[in-house]
Order: sequence, then structure tokens, then C-alpha cells
Amino acid sequence: MPWPLLVPALVGLAFLVLPLAGLLARAPWQSLPQRLAEPLVLEALRLSLVTATIATAVCLLLGVPLAWLLARTTLPGRRVLRALVTVPLVLPPVVGGVALLLVLGRRGLAGQWLYDAFGVSLPFTTTGVVVAEAFVAMPFLVIAVEGALRAADQRYEEAAATLGASRWTVFRRVTLPMVAPGVLAGAVLCWARALGEFGATITFAGNFPGRTQTMPLAVYLALETDPDAAIVLSLVLLAVSVIVLAGLRDRWTGTA
Amino acid sequence: MSLHAHLVVERPGFRLDVELRAAAGEVVALLGPNGAGKTTALRGLAGLTPLNGGRVELDGAQVHRLPPERRRIGVVFQDYLLFPHLSALDNVAFGPRCQGLRRAAARRVAADLLDRVGLAGHAHARPAHLSGGQAQRVALARALAVRPRLLLLDEPLAALDAHTRLEIRAELRRHLAAFDGATVLVTHDPLDAMVLAHRLVVVENGAVVQTGTPGEIARHPRTDYVARLVGLNLYRGEADGNHVAVGEVRFSSAERLAGPAFVAFPPSAVALYRTRPDGSPRNLWKATIDGIERHGDNVRVHLHGPIALAADVTPSAAADLDLTPGQEVWAAVKATETHVYPA
Repeated sequence: MPWPLLVPALVGLAFLVLPLAGLLARAPWQSLPQRLAEPLVLEALRLSLVTATIATAVCLLLGVPLAWLLARTTLPGRRVLRALVTVPLVLPPVVGGVALLLVLGRRGLAGQWLYDAFGVSLPFTTTGVVVAEAFVAMPFLVIAVEGALRAADQRYEEAAATLGASRWTVFRRVTLPMVAPGVLAGAVLCWARALGEFGATITFAGNFPGRTQTMPLAVYLALETDPDAAIVLSLVLLAVSVIVLAGLRDRWTGTA
Repeated sequence: MSLHAHLVVERPGFRLDVELRAAAGEVVALLGPNGAGKTTALRGLAGLTPLNGGRVELDGAQVHRLPPERRRIGVVFQDYLLFPHLSALDNVAFGPRCQGLRRAAARRVAADLLDRVGLAGHAHARPAHLSGGQAQRVALARALAVRPRLLLLDEPLAALDAHTRLEIRAELRRHLAAFDGATVLVTHDPLDAMVLAHRLVVVENGAVVQTGTPGEIARHPRTDYVARLVGLNLYRGEADGNHVAVGEVRFSSAERLAGPAFVAFPPSAVALYRTRPDGSPRNLWKATIDGIERHGDNVRVHLHGPIALAADVTPSAAADLDLTPGQEVWAAVKATETHVYPA
């Protein structure tokens, strides 16, 4: 093996693995059970799970049709549309949070109308957390589902049409079941991204324990006051990541 | 339930323009080489490929402006395209469900059809667990389940191995005979077409080159493609009474004719000689051997000379003649086995 490749490869591997190993090494294993039962941890964990799950549901509801639109129609400007959809993927989440504030804040473009018409204000609420997470995570779902739709054999949809199926029936009874694995993978990815969301959430929804303080926010805060708590919270998030990766291993690591 | 269609589909470098008629109960085969436009024609009928011109009429009603789901045209696709996530039963029940039947009623219809194609025992199998022949029958049952006005089959036997093919071909013939609507099937296999269809429509390069019953087409091919399919030597020449001139070669024939004419004869009607045979000098010329191959129980010899030619001789005759490529021989064709007909 040529060493100009081997040495950087090993350094790279260490760079990726060592921090995680450090996290495990520094974990207060003895007091782990008590720490996990602390109200701060439980509250943040509950809030994270609930908001990430709702955000994923929202993404499914809006993202699957959006992916269908991108994959199956010949809409003019579809390429621009796809680029726009993927912007949140590369946009710094903080910028996303600022943008959300400008639009959905109480004096924002849509926010003012929401407040005047319904008395609804999204920023600094649990709903706001869901909005921030959905904004950041939806592109993951859309891209995964669009890919699955493109890979799916459209001749099955034609076969369904010759059997008298309307386009909605075709979508419901043929397309969706055939891309189900892709939708599931996209949803898991979307959920994992929502669970780890930090920048947009803290900017748009703030950091109120029990209301908007999700796990990543709690980790960041705890690091200053109680490093051990930060480690415990990080371990929980790491465990979730590993579980997600295990669930997606066939699709991602290529080892079937 | 009769079909009357004129299909025009234009693509860069390709134009399909075919007329197609099929009466109720009639099976019409679209026969042609790959790329002739057969499948495009079928897709045009089903509404899956938009027409650039022409029309599709079923029982006098124009349907070519309707989307596929409103045409009630059953299609058996080449790879069957059974929905992989549904059982055989639910695949067949799919159409009736779309027509508004409740699940239980649709499944009863489907079970009945599966029974008719002999697959009652496989109703709950997923397509992945069906053999090619079984999948083909499920696909047929699924297409028939919508009580179609027109049934289309795209290369219905192409995906099957030789043995299954024989069995399924005979069975398909039976099912098509029981169907009271018009049927159009696409194939590049002349045997499938001859066995399954009442009438053949031969398509080459997007246009119809010949139509007729299998018997007519087998006897009187009008293009090289059709002649090869039915295993005949075919030439185009000028007839003058009992003779047809094809280049330097003059064929004599029993039939009297004048003007442009075709001459067709089977390779078995050709006799080969090392030296010029005595007696009848007609239909005789000198040719050079291009190649030799086995053909069934005989030896097929390809020759060139004034006209290209295929000849079948028995293995013992081939041994006696000591045939080798490049060798010159005399070729003679028996006038009694030569068909001459107007071009």
C-alpha cells in the first residue's frame, strides 16, 4: 500500500473516530442512570422527540407531493425549483432561523397576518421549534423521495392507467407503495436532521426549557454549567445517530 | 367491438403511419423487425404515446382524445408489469377496483379470472414468486378484468423460455378465442403471429408493407423481411407470359403474368450440381458458395451469383457434392415449386 495514501487515510480515520471515543471515555458511566432521569434531560429529550416527530410528519405531508412535482411533472422552471428546494440543505441554519423570523416573526411578512387574523405567533414557541426543524430537514426528505421516484419504473404507472386508475389512484396504489423504502429512508434522515437541529431553532424559537429547549440546545447550555450533563445528553444523541445509521446501513454503507 | 385506427407518431428520424382494423373477435398481429414501430403503435392505441395525427375508433366512437384510464383498452405488457407489492389476486382486482367495485366484489371477479387461467392456487402469491408463464397468465387475467373493448398484447411470449413458450402459446390462443372483443398483438416472431392471429399486418420502418392471412403471407411474401421470416427466396422482376426475368436469370413458371412480379420459392426447391445438368435448361444458373450451415435435418447453402440464393440439400447430397465456400456450382429451381405473383 502506498504510504502517501495510507498515512492521510489513517489520520482521517482517527480524526473522525477519536472525538466519539473521547465522548465515551469521558462519560460519567457511574452516575448515568440518575443523570438520565434528571428533569432537565428528560424534558429536553421529550421535547426533542416530539418536535422532531411532528416536523417529520409535516415534511412527509408537504415534501412527498413536492418530490412528486419535481420528479413527475414537466413544470417550467423545474430545475430552478429543485435548486430552491435544496437551498436549506447548504444554508447555515442560523441564516435559516433569521429568515424564518423575518417572514414568520410577529412583524414578519406572513407572521403579522397570522397574528392579526388568528392571534398566532410562532417565534419562541414549541410550534416554532417544529417550523425551524421542518425548514431545515425537509430538503433531506424531498431529495430522497425524488430520487426514489426517478428510479422507480414509470411503466408500472402506465400499466395502472390502462387498468382505469386515475392519476391520484395511480399515485396512492402504485407509485407510493413502490417508493415506500425511499420515503422511509428519507423520513428517517429527515427525523435525524430535525433531532439535531440547533442554529435555526435557537434563532427562531429561542432557548426556553420545557418549551423550546431541545437536546442540542440543552447540550450547548449545559456545557457551560454542568459539563457532565452535556456529555450525557451528547451520548443520548450519539446513540440515536447510531440507531439511525444501523437502520439505514443497507442504503448508505453499501454493505447489504 | 371493432377497432378502426390510423396512427401517426412522429419522432426525430422516425415516422410511424399505419392503418389498423380489427373486427370483434378477430386477432390481428402486428409483425415486424425490431424498431419498426410496432410497440409505438400499440402505445398509441392505448393512449400511452400521444398521436401526432390520425384517430382511434372503437365501435365508431373516437377514443384517441381520451386519457388511457378512460379508454377501456386492456394491455398485456412485454414484461407483464405486475405490481410487485400486490398479490396475483389484487393485481387482477386492481382494474375492477378502479371501475368502482368494492374490494370484496373486485376480488371475486379476480378469483374467477385467475381460475379461468388456471392459477386459482396462486392467488395470494406475489409476482416475484410466480414463474414467467404464470406471470404472463396473471397479466392476461388482469387485462381482461376491466372487460376491455380492445385487448393489446406486446410481445406476449418473448420473455418465456422455449419450452414454456410452446405451452403458453397454445393456451393464449384458447383465451384469445374466448375473448369477444378485438385483439391486436405485437410480435417479431412469425410463429407466434401465425399461430395466434387471424390476420397479419407487417410493419417495416413505421409503415405497413403487407397485410393478409398467415397463409397468404407465407405463400406470397412481398418484402425481403417477410420472405426471410417465412423461409422463402424472394425476387422482384419483370413478368412476360410464362417467364419472369430477374436480372440475367429467367424463371419459368406455371402462372401467366405480365409486368412487375415477385418470384418466390423455398430453399428446398433448389438443386445443386457440380457440372451442368443435362435436360431442362430452364431456371438454371451458375453460382458461388458463400457459406454452409446446418438447418434442421438438412444443410443450408448460401450462394451468390446473378442472384443471391439459399438452398437446402440433404447431408448426403452435400457430402457427395463436396461443397466448400468459394466453390462454383450449378443451381436449378423446379418450376413447379416457384410462385409468381404481381408486385
